[in-house]
Amino acid sequence: MDGTAKKRVGNKLERNDRLVRLALLVIAFSAVSVLVVITVFIVGQGTPIMFRYGLKSFLAGTSWYPSEKLFGLWPMIVGSLFVTAGALVIGVPFGLSCAIVLTEFASKRVRGIIKPIIELLAGIPSVVYGFMGVIILVPFIRKTFGGPGLSVLAASIILGIMILPTIISISVDSLQAVPPSYREGSIALGATRWQTVKMVLFPAARSGIIASIILGMGRAVGETMATIMIAGNAAEVPHSLLAPVRTLTSNVALEMSYATGEHREALFATGVVLFVIIMVLNTIANATSAKRRKQP
Amino acid sequence: MKRLGPRIEEKAARIGLLAMTLITVSVLLFIILFILRRGLPVLNLEFLTANPTDMGKSGGIFSTVVGTVALTLLAIVIAAPLGVGTAIYLTEYTWGGPVTRIIRFGAECLAGIPSIIFGLFGFILFVTKLKFGWSILSGGLTLAFMLLPTIIRTSEEAIKSVPPAYRNVSFSLGSTKWQTVTRVVLPSALPGIITGVVLSIGRSIGETAATIFTAGSALRMPTSLFSSTRTMSVHFYILAREGISMPNAYGTAAILIIAILAINLLTYYLMNRFIKKYS
Amino acid sequence: MTNDTAIEVRGFSQYFGEVRKLKALDLDVKRNEILGIIGPARSGKSTFLCALNRLNDLVRGSHHEGTIRIDGCDIYDPGVDVVALRRQLGMVFATPVPLPRSIFENVAFGARREGIRGRTRLDGIVRDSLEKGGLWEEVKDRLETSGLKLSGGQQQRLCLARILAVAPEYILLDEPTSGLDPISTMKIEESLRRLKKEYTIVLVTNNTKQAARVADRTAFFLNGELVEIGMTAKIFTAPDDTRTDDYLRGRFG
Ligand SMILES: Nc1ncnc2c1ncn2[C@@H]1O[C@H](COP(=O)(O)OP(=O)(O)OP(=O)(O)O)[C@@H](O)[C@H]1O
Ligand SMILES: [Mg+2]
Repeated sequence: MDGTAKKRVGNKLERNDRLVRLALLVIAFSAVSVLVVITVFIVGQGTPIMFRYGLKSFLAGTSWYPSEKLFGLWPMIVGSLFVTAGALVIGVPFGLSCAIVLTEFASKRVRGIIKPIIELLAGIPSVVYGFMGVIILVPFIRKTFGGPGLSVLAASIILGIMILPTIISISVDSLQAVPPSYREGSIALGATRWQTVKMVLFPAARSGIIASIILGMGRAVGETMATIMIAGNAAEVPHSLLAPVRTLTSNVALEMSYATGEHREALFATGVVLFVIIMVLNTIANATSAKRRKQP
Repeated sequence: MKRLGPRIEEKAARIGLLAMTLITVSVLLFIILFILRRGLPVLNLEFLTANPTDMGKSGGIFSTVVGTVALTLLAIVIAAPLGVGTAIYLTEYTWGGPVTRIIRFGAECLAGIPSIIFGLFGFILFVTKLKFGWSILSGGLTLAFMLLPTIIRTSEEAIKSVPPAYRNVSFSLGSTKWQTVTRVVLPSALPGIITGVVLSIGRSIGETAATIFTAGSALRMPTSLFSSTRTMSVHFYILAREGISMPNAYGTAAILIIAILAINLLTYYLMNRFIKKYS
Repeated sequence: MTNDTAIEVRGFSQYFGEVRKLKALDLDVKRNEILGIIGPARSGKSTFLCALNRLNDLVRGSHHEGTIRIDGCDIYDPGVDVVALRRQLGMVFATPVPLPRSIFENVAFGARREGIRGRTRLDGIVRDSLEKGGLWEEVKDRLETSGLKLSGGQQQRLCLARILAVAPEYILLDEPTSGLDPISTMKIEESLRRLKKEYTIVLVTNNTKQAARVADRTAFFLNGELVEIGMTAKIFTAPDDTRTDDYLRGRFG
């Protein structure tokens, strides 16, 4: 080997590789930078007004009349909470059922049909879901139960459907991650399929399933267009399932196009509250799935 | 009786679970068929190629198709290199440690942020602070940020599933790291990466909250990156919500559904090819 | 160092983390010989090959002691270009790893990477290498089919040809016939005997008979140590160390 020639080529290649590495590192920080910039902008735009009017009056105030400088977010916080809880009541049982059927009961062929259909569910635009709510669900609720139809109930059902893909895909992943030996052991002991699911698989996949529910919650809290279309948007604390309701997201989306001055700031403050809720949910979901990864 | 108990429970559970699954599947099929049944009769070449007139009450949806394509294209052109680059860094150039954890955490958090927050952010940064106005540029940048985590995650998975033996072969033949990445790893991971990109295209076509506040809702044909435009989803939303024209709303929705169906089929095809290649 | 010594290993130890997997090896590889390396599983045979082309560098937390000189040049010297080194030492792995592309593109991998474009030049390189690897006659009519479609033995010869296309001086083979039928094994052994004239070959094998058939000299590894090295005939008939004898008689490993 010709040592000197070798070294020259080598140094050039090595330098190139180091440059590439540096460039990739910079690129790799893009997601983090975007997160930081978003946080800075939303928080920077939204927090001053919160402190000007007092955190308590902002979060616990029950009147939202921007024209009279009344910025109480309580009805929207409660609204988001109700609608999300409702979505979970609908979405969790259906989602987990689908996940169990997909992993434990369905034949390969049936799975091949159901899985793509459920993945389609994730691709349908939220405006289409909202529209279906308006056209079918809202009139149905109005006729059957009375009230305006645009309601907590309608929003819960539609959001419940919308969070299904999240719940299903993550639960399926965590059910599939349970070692086959657990399943075989349980069956060998004479347990039925369902008993195996109930006593062995569910406990083993628990943290993943919880993470799926929390992430589904995040989706429900964050959904905007469908909620605007079917929830009724009254900025009042709802007193029944059939009452109209406004969520934090709707509050922003409804008024953003014309808000100015303090009103706009208050909408950003709404965004801050939403942002905090989402970050808390994300962190919990991350922590639970990290715990799952650590358990061998 | 003791022996019958679990068996009855098993049967009940099976029936219950299957029923719930069937309901889920039928709801979805119902939505798709409902939209298609009302939307397909409206569809024809003219609907696609004519510009909307009278606020969308009549005419077609051509300018919104152009707007959607432009916005999506811009978003992908920005997000794909960043996302794939990040995935390459995470899988090939680092062995874990705090920096990697920060990058992963950032991507995961970003994935959970609702689109309305992206909309707010894009509005304040691109539309007002940077004075891009409601424009394809503002909307495309905002969408790009939103798609970034999806592209990172799918690319990372695709790259990770390339057999390590391929890398050893490439290194042992005297390739540098970068040559190994570009000549062996990326070509093998390409179908998986494209699948992620295609999924992101689907997401950006269906997105409304993030685009309405950044790209605006102008019905005019966009002429530059700084033109405001209305995407098909936004157009559908406005048509339906303000009751401007139900037939046109259904027509637009049908196009959206068809696009999503096509995209899902395409991802299925790509994924199958990807899986076949390595089994 | 005499002129016919190609590789000189002195006091070489390889660590993965804190564990020493090669223990102070001393051995020489002579030019244009086939050195066979035998030994039970996990005795460090593959690790030794990967020390020669510095593939162990890719393992996190790996480090070494001692020196390896190839053609008189210390390959672990900080100034050494690892990439050029690896081009000098082609390696065939235990399981054949054709890249998921055509036979032609597999063999042309190195040439394309070096920016060689001209079709005639590429054709020439591919043909020469396949001929040397003993695969040309079998695949000359279907160079465009996927390398994955070949049989195991053909895939392994494809990997050999892919290395030869990079024009190395050394060939390292890690149990190249472990998964193959006797006929494929024979074909590879034939190729090796031919290649010996031009290359220096280190052949790791868990099939002692193979070493007896093709190796000029044989080294016996046990638990990361070199137990003994010598002419193949001597190792197989009158080894100095009883452990070698035990291994060859199938008492362990
Ligand atoms: N990358 C690595 N990281 C940590 N330990 C390793 C690594 N590669 C090999 N080892 C360890 O080094 C020892 C020797 O392994 P090596 O693969 O060299 O044995 P071998 O003689 O080739 O065995 P076999 O006949 O099974 O191929 C083993 O204990 C193995 O676990
Ligand atoms: Mg080995």
